[in-house]
Amino acid sequence: MNDTSTTSAHSSQVVDLERVVIRFAGDSGDGMQLTGTQFTDAAAFLGNDVATFPDYPAEIRAPAGTTAGVSAFQMQFASVDIKTPGDEVDVLVAMNVAALKVNLPDLKKGGILLVDIDGFGPKDLEKAGSTVNPLEDGSLADYRVISLDITALTTQAVAEAEVGAKAAGRCKNFYTLGMMYWLYDRPYDITLDWIQKKFAAKNPAVAKANALALVAGHNYCDTAEIFANHFRVEKASTPAGTYRRISGNEATAMGLIAAGVQSGRQLFLGSYPITPASDILHELAANKHFGVRTFQAEDEIAGIASAIGAAYTGALAITTTSGPGMCLKSEGLNLAVMAELPLVIIDVQRGGPSTGLPTKTEQSDLLQALYGRNGDSPVPVIAASGPGDCFWTALEAAKIALQSMTPVIMLSDGYIANGAEPWRIPVASDLPTISVKNHLDPETFKPYLRDERGARPWAVPGTPGLEHRIGGIEKQSVTGNISYDSENHQKMTLERHAKVAKIADELPPTKIEGSTEADVVLVSWGGTYGAVSSAVDVLNASGTKVAHIHLRWINPLPKDLGALLAKFKTILVPELNMGQLRLYLSGKYGLPMQGLNKVKGKPFKVSELVEEVQAHLQEAK
Amino acid sequence: MIATNPTDPTTLTRKDFQSDQMVKWCPGCGDYAILAALQTVFPKLGIPKEKLTVISGIGCSSRFPYYMDTFGFHTIHGRACAVATGVKAANPDLSVWVITGDGDALSIGGNHTMHAMRRNVDLKILMFNNQIYGLTKGQFSPTSKMGLKTKSSPMGNIDEPAHPIALALGAGATFVARTVDNDAKHLMATFEAAARHKGTAFVEILQNCVIFNDGAHESYYSPGARKENLVYLEDGKPLIYAEGKKGIIANGFGKLGTADIDSPEDPRILKHDASEPSGTLAYALSRMVHPDFPVPVGIFRNVEQTPYHELMDAQIAQARETRKADLQKLLSGSVTWKV
Repeated sequence: MNDTSTTSAHSSQVVDLERVVIRFAGDSGDGMQLTGTQFTDAAAFLGNDVATFPDYPAEIRAPAGTTAGVSAFQMQFASVDIKTPGDEVDVLVAMNVAALKVNLPDLKKGGILLVDIDGFGPKDLEKAGSTVNPLEDGSLADYRVISLDITALTTQAVAEAEVGAKAAGRCKNFYTLGMMYWLYDRPYDITLDWIQKKFAAKNPAVAKANALALVAGHNYCDTAEIFANHFRVEKASTPAGTYRRISGNEATAMGLIAAGVQSGRQLFLGSYPITPASDILHELAANKHFGVRTFQAEDEIAGIASAIGAAYTGALAITTTSGPGMCLKSEGLNLAVMAELPLVIIDVQRGGPSTGLPTKTEQSDLLQALYGRNGDSPVPVIAASGPGDCFWTALEAAKIALQSMTPVIMLSDGYIANGAEPWRIPVASDLPTISVKNHLDPETFKPYLRDERGARPWAVPGTPGLEHRIGGIEKQSVTGNISYDSENHQKMTLERHAKVAKIADELPPTKIEGSTEADVVLVSWGGTYGAVSSAVDVLNASGTKVAHIHLRWINPLPKDLGALLAKFKTILVPELNMGQLRLYLSGKYGLPMQGLNKVKGKPFKVSELVEEVQAHLQEAK
Repeated sequence: MIATNPTDPTTLTRKDFQSDQMVKWCPGCGDYAILAALQTVFPKLGIPKEKLTVISGIGCSSRFPYYMDTFGFHTIHGRACAVATGVKAANPDLSVWVITGDGDALSIGGNHTMHAMRRNVDLKILMFNNQIYGLTKGQFSPTSKMGLKTKSSPMGNIDEPAHPIALALGAGATFVARTVDNDAKHLMATFEAAARHKGTAFVEILQNCVIFNDGAHESYYSPGARKENLVYLEDGKPLIYAEGKKGIIANGFGKLGTADIDSPEDPRILKHDASEPSGTLAYALSRMVHPDFPVPVGIFRNVEQTPYHELMDAQIAQARETRKADLQKLLSGSVTWKV
């Protein structure tokens, strides 16, 4: 926390801060995700810039009180532009021993630690595998510890709602939220409204209890003077406009719906549930009034196969998945390559290989997306850089798929899919239109006659006079009949590659951010944009000149990229994998590159990138 | 671009469904007869030619779409039903036919076949059963008889064969039939009945592979053996065969037996009822295996049930009635703030 000024209000001091990182941590059932989301909404509503990082276990309800069951929600809010949910935590809320144990390493020295002592009894210690109570052994001396029996305080506060002891205790997340609202000098009205909307109709008693808990937590801080100060984070100077909070998966779903509307095509999703991609399926299933057809398939293969069938009939067809599902979809993907049908495959990456780390993030499906198929099988690959960018990426992926009659892979990841940020709401009427027409004229119809983009005509069943056959066997150029001819196979292979390469003709020039005088460049892709961009800012501010190129299209690469990269003495490639982009770019351009690689299931911290870059440059000297 | 008017289905003939591609099955293959039968039936369905869509997986039978002058899609091994489900769900206006084999539909594609039938997707699934993998040159298939010696079972097949009709009934298929490649009349009648059914129609076609499993069905379906060894399922009629000298009777709880009879009116003889909702008799019939029993051919089950696409359409219509498709509203969401 960077203290900037001191003023006074109420009974305690108000300190202005530029940015704050809070992490709410508890059991999977403690409502920490909800608490974090509410705080985020309130902060965004008050004009702060925000970024969030939900971190939850793969198990729905792992044994209560164990470290395996800890669910956390981290968010940063600031009066300045921020691109990550923050490295170190200023305030850690820990509802039990296990939550403290898992999350304490990220709390900065001198940070505030709020604990519910109800979760620190002998049984809780045992479940968390601790022998001594951390509240009593002096191990927390470096932090400003506030230990309260939040559960008991909550139970007393909500007594008049008469919801029963168990339900009363469950309101402790709202009590804690009320405390945080006081600590950061913000009104609780937004959450009160939300509680009314969410619970009042269904369960008025629960609504009342939650509201009582929220207000009581706030008032407790006001009267008990447990915090020496409270803090204020002013509005951020974000560009004018109307904003909302958005997560990557929500943005992806909306981008797809928008693409359906803008192309005038029916949107079809064939999908099999998989973490962390399922929310896209949920969102689309909830928007049937846009004519969206969602098909929850029997498996990943049927997910893509049904989408291919829908694409064949003229729909904007989508399939969504994560790494293990990508493996199962490769054969189907190749059918779309051969049949030259438009299709968007969305891979929300998670830790691999195999089942890997279902709820943790990674960028390790890149080479699979580029090359994980039999044969020479070019597929365009585009990656989203953040939660809000998922909207624009999905829209662009759909546009390219339709225009070039090709499957397109969109890479997202668990971090940006579940993370949220304020998003400037686009004006629907300003969105690009996608004008791709079905072929109708039998006289001019040749199934594999290409247009200027290299795309074949879209001739959908039901069109009189266009009866023809397609399939996975090599096609004869132009006619599309089966062909085993060797010359034709060479020709068609080149044509399929040329079609994908041509997409680069319409890409904008590559943007270089950071220093213009640097001879060092960081090349990133996908969900690491925020952390890398922030690290580049920190490095330049501290006198280490670095430039930054962030790749959106990975296949095809921008045409100017090779020449741009060749100008730099040092090329550093930070990735949440073992060096997949680096291998790919090295192969394309033959330039020496060094990787900054991490595979811990977590996003980059800005500080670790800064340190790594400095260490690299030091070594090079 | 010029749009052409829909074809008038009444003008269509068999020739309209013959493509310009050379048919490349082995001489004597049972597939030829099936192709001819479908090309003959299609003009009679009253469906414009452009709406007939033929989708296949991988295998000898799956080359079928290339020989039909319709919209055709030769997909990948086992996935025809999954692709076809997407086709029908995205455009319910099409008449969608799936061409598949015993390996394609029951082995690698078993899951998709089962789920298409469970959902009652309006597909006409024609499964050619030659009890062998032909295209990969002669390995045993999931329907090969026990003990069958093939390249991959030199000491004899030890896999218990699958019963396609029993599987289809178990999966809840609403139309289940069996026909034979050497009886054009029966083939065509079965296809026409399948086409009339609203929902999944699963048709097993006993088909002969002349190269790798020649004569697999010969002992019961050859013109000479039929009378004694096939029992024709006809709705409302007694289950009799061998020129009326034998019939199918109930033989204890849930079991069937055969009996010599003097008259088709013999009260012991079971009457066929394909529309019987529980499908119990249909299932018992599906387990009748030669030579202990005659082989039933015809329609085992034919019941009405709302097809998948109608349920999907109804939900979309309902959603559209209650909410306007307003893109700006969607983008804005419920909580917004101004900067």
